Amino acid sequence: MKNTDLIENERNVFVNDHQKVRNFKNKLLLVVVVLFSALTAFPIILIVGNLLVKGYHQINLAFFTQVPPDTFTAMMAKSSGQIIPGGIVNGITGTILMVGFASLIAIPFGIMIGIYLYEKKDARYANFVRNITDVLQGVPSIVIGLITYLWVVISITKGYSALAGSISLSIMMLPLIIRSTEETMKMIPPTLKEAAVALGTPYHKVIFKVLIPSSLGGLMTGILISISRILGETAPLLLTALGNPAVNWKLSQPTSSVPLLIWQFYNDPNMVSLIFSSSLFLMGFVLTLNLISKRIAAKRSIQ
Amino acid sequence: MNSEKITKYILFSASLLILIIAGGMVYSLIRGAMPAFDFFGWKFIFSTHWDPTQGHEQYGALPFIAGTLFTSFLALLIALPMAFSTSLFVAEYFRKKRIAVVLSTFVDLLAGVPSIVYGLWGFYTLRPFIVELGLSPQGFGIFTSGLILAIMIIPYATSLSTEIITMVPNELKEAAYSLGATRMEVIFNVIVPNARSGIIASYILAFGRALGETMAVTMLIGNSNNIPNGLFGTGNTMASVIANQFAEASGLQLSSLIAIGLLLFAITALINAFGKYIIKKLAAR
Repeated sequence: MKNTDLIENERNVFVNDHQKVRNFKNKLLLVVVVLFSALTAFPIILIVGNLLVKGYHQINLAFFTQVPPDTFTAMMAKSSGQIIPGGIVNGITGTILMVGFASLIAIPFGIMIGIYLYEKKDARYANFVRNITDVLQGVPSIVIGLITYLWVVISITKGYSALAGSISLSIMMLPLIIRSTEETMKMIPPTLKEAAVALGTPYHKVIFKVLIPSSLGGLMTGILISISRILGETAPLLLTALGNPAVNWKLSQPTSSVPLLIWQFYNDPNMVSLIFSSSLFLMGFVLTLNLISKRIAAKRSIQ
Repeated sequence: MNSEKITKYILFSASLLILIIAGGMVYSLIRGAMPAFDFFGWKFIFSTHWDPTQGHEQYGALPFIAGTLFTSFLALLIALPMAFSTSLFVAEYFRKKRIAVVLSTFVDLLAGVPSIVYGLWGFYTLRPFIVELGLSPQGFGIFTSGLILAIMIIPYATSLSTEIITMVPNELKEAAYSLGATRMEVIFNVIVPNARSGIIASYILAFGRALGETMAVTMLIGNSNNIPNGLFGTGNTMASVIANQFAEASGLQLSSLIAIGLLLFAITALINAFGKYIIKKLAAR
């Protein structure tokens, strides 16, 4: 970049009209770029600020320990100007149940398939699996909800259930974990693996003692990002888990989740202020996970 | 059989899971959509009439295909200058500076915001604003949803095109500078031609994202079963009609919704495959 400065100085000596126009255009582009970039960063500030202002006063102990009130109670509270009693504990437990069970399925399978793809870099079959994984990653979440409805709700649980919700979420997680596992493993120095293989280490031990430990940071990043993706998913759960006014830990029963509750509150004019607190809670959680995973990723790249 | 082989077989059979899911998806969608296609034939795609009233049920998907394409193209159009500027800001003008890191963190956070939160923000903040501007009486419609979609896809378009712009070799840029080119001339005569296909691919993938977005659009598009009339008209997208009508659908209506799901699946898969294909060709170069 130093020589551009030199040129810039040189240029000032021979300024003519044409060059003035060029320089002006050059500066104009910088201004436009900075302006549009600032505009891009603006919405996230607006959204977080908006949720904070409208949502904070509803967050209290009851918010984390009680189920939402019925419409009538909420209406009474609203008309007398009080905060709405109750909270979103059924959503929190439902999210824990479904995201937990989804992770239980998607993480081991995702890592296994990721390792398989890493081992078979250029094989035709592996390439095919890789392409299909890419396709799966692009499938809209609502379509995944439809599929899980057909697979689980109709045939296995004969009704909306937490199991169906978990499976739809795990189908969304799987491609993300596969790709991040493969990408991370690619960065392990091959000498590390060769050393282990040269010592006659059995293959499963190479996986558990060399591949996984040396890529742990990357695996964690992938897992956290995929969890933060599915935490806010609403559309597939609408078609699979439906929602439940009470706390439910059974996989075979309809279950609520935080985003599902937000959707319910949205459809009920009396619950408006609960919408913002629940969204604030969800956003806070998701964004924290995002930042943590970014931190882990940044740490790894320094090493 | 030794443990070596067992491990390999386990890994191989795990990889089958992906094929089973994908294959099963296509199979179930086609089977579920069959009754609708049997009943309406090609008219299902080209008919503009969607009427779930019992007795004279009539389902045509064209209004939703149109709504999906309108909103997504509008989103792409709005997102384009924003994403392009942001990637130039991060990858060229302020490369490796602190301010670039801050901006890209903000943009990444944008990708983390759940769809339903975008919908809420659109409903409670953006919609009243649009009403106030007098653009539309209720604030619902193509424009509002396209605007929200644009904000949602900016991070996807930005992160990939940033990466591609960073990869443009320094020698090329330096050569242009040494000939006396201004920065703008370097950007449009060296960087853009060099990174063109990658930048296009990133917009294609972002467009694919917009096609399938559900919740935010459902909350803002106005949910009317007609082809949207104009920029501020109301409508429905393929994803939003599924979310809206699924709960009370059964029989032919359910099958029609699944058929819309199948169409949506096919369109997004094609768009994504096309975008990924361009990127793979780039990587091979």
